[in-house]
Amino acid sequence: MSDLTELGVTAIRDGVAAGDFSAREVAQAFNAAIAAAQPALNAFITPTPDHALAAAERIDADRAAGRPLGRLAGVPIGMKDLFCTQGVRTTAASHILGHFVPPYESTVSGRLWDAGAGMLGKLNLDEFAMGSSNETSAFGKVISPWRRGHNQDPAPIAPGGSSGGSSAAVAARLCPAATGTDTGGSIRQPAAFTGIAGIKPGYGRCSRWGIVAFASSLDQAGAMARDVRDCAVLLEAMAGHDPKDATSLDAPVPGWTAALDADLSGCTIGIPREYRMDGMDAEVAKSWELGIAWLKDAGARVIDISLPHTHYALPAYYIIAPAEASSNLARYDGVRYGLRDLPEGAGLQDMYAATRAAGFGAEVRRRIMIGTYVLSAGFYDAYFTRAQKLRTLIARDFTQAFASCDAILAPTTPTAAFALGEKSDDPLAMYLNDVFSVPASLAGLPAMSVPAGLNGEGLPLGLQVIGRPLDEQGVLNAALAIEQRAGFVARPARWWA
Amino acid sequence: MSVDKATVARIAALARIRLGEDEVAALEPELNKILAWVELLGEVDVSGIEPMTNGAPGVLVLREDVVDADPLTGGGKRDAVLANAPAAAHGFFGVPKVIE
Repeated sequence: MSDLTELGVTAIRDGVAAGDFSAREVAQAFNAAIAAAQPALNAFITPTPDHALAAAERIDADRAAGRPLGRLAGVPIGMKDLFCTQGVRTTAASHILGHFVPPYESTVSGRLWDAGAGMLGKLNLDEFAMGSSNETSAFGKVISPWRRGHNQDPAPIAPGGSSGGSSAAVAARLCPAATGTDTGGSIRQPAAFTGIAGIKPGYGRCSRWGIVAFASSLDQAGAMARDVRDCAVLLEAMAGHDPKDATSLDAPVPGWTAALDADLSGCTIGIPREYRMDGMDAEVAKSWELGIAWLKDAGARVIDISLPHTHYALPAYYIIAPAEASSNLARYDGVRYGLRDLPEGAGLQDMYAATRAAGFGAEVRRRIMIGTYVLSAGFYDAYFTRAQKLRTLIARDFTQAFASCDAILAPTTPTAAFALGEKSDDPLAMYLNDVFSVPASLAGLPAMSVPAGLNGEGLPLGLQVIGRPLDEQGVLNAALAIEQRAGFVARPARWWA
Repeated sequence: MSVDKATVARIAALARIRLGEDEVAALEPELNKILAWVELLGEVDVSGIEPMTNGAPGVLVLREDVVDADPLTGGGKRDAVLANAPAAAHGFFGVPKVIE
């Protein structure tokens, strides 16, 4: 068998089931790829080769014994280190959780293991998922496998964030798929930056139970893989009602994979005019035009739509998300778990303050500070309640647009990937990278990024499909139509090992 | 609205994050830049608009009030709960002396 790391989720599952290769051989191949790439890419915080091997051996034994195999049997995946994994250190890329070993398993990861998947490791991310470049991780930056100048320029490129370990690992063929989480774009933006597919389902599809919380009204787990079909397969295994998450959607999970269909006849796609911003990157604009042509070719009718409050989505998000984060992260107090910094002679309050100063990085502190301020007495209504009202208007924009279209096409990001360090000194410039992804997050809608092509420097560009509530199928189908016509086969040169 | 150094220090105290004077000084312009930007929201007339407080419409549900509803996380897990505590002793979380 040739290199098994070239295979995606579906091909591995089918190959294991057919006996073309063993699950153990697959796990070994990816374990070796990770070990070779880790010094250069730093995509993982904690590789778990033994977990992957043990899961693979169980699958091989099941197959030998003729027992039924799960939908992900023999598929080793990467797990964003925001999902609690029983007995395996879960850090959220923060110093404050640097030694935290959960005594329980997140619902989503548990479902994946039940479906027969194994874990190759815990993937790097921005600290507490707060960032767009994976530069805020307490465990070091992730380096994108992609390089400018058609793989020639050695300047390190951002893999996007916050799921930057996930995106880098999938793009570099260190795992066939990975989990991500998306609060304002943390699956879609890194997927776009690294030439892979990534779907954030509608809010409530995947249980948040056991996922380290950032902004609870926005956080949503999703799938990242090299193509649309593999994303659908993974997401089907992740999604489903969970009584342990009060916001979990109590609805059956459709058979998204079986219903994949790139024929968009009878489907209307909306193009939001407010996303055509002044000074838009010419290559991003061009890829958007190509996407429109591809969807027309697939049979869709394309119309202009208006989302009038788009301009206010980012500032509303950067009030709501930090406010929820400041509340969620109040739990890190140095008492029950995580880091404790107890200065000589300190009392309880001093211990809290010292622990949180020592445990949180600069961006997390900044967001807790913003959140604390906008929730404080005298400012709550002026900032937080007003932002929540804008959120209502932004969600209403989508509802009104969906009266005349079935899905929306937009770029995923305003530019291709930037170089590491390029935006890290300017928080606001970094926040602006989420301009196209945040509105769908605020509205709780399913949205997906799919590779559309390369820019002049040889870096990937992504296109985003946003769907109606509960219509992951419409999102996947439009993304599949784009994927089939984009013919994206570019890949990073293997410079790292 | 903008914040001065005293306000930054007060927010840090509310957030229970110890900051040195140099860190307060560095955060002041950063926070002001972000706060100036979010002032944009003041342009919009939001009178009569209900705030959206959750990611999806729906009724929040209550779970059954039973111990051990989940075998992994239900009742009787004292030692597992304490296993990650920085200072556990005698079956309790340890903290510095609170009452003199």
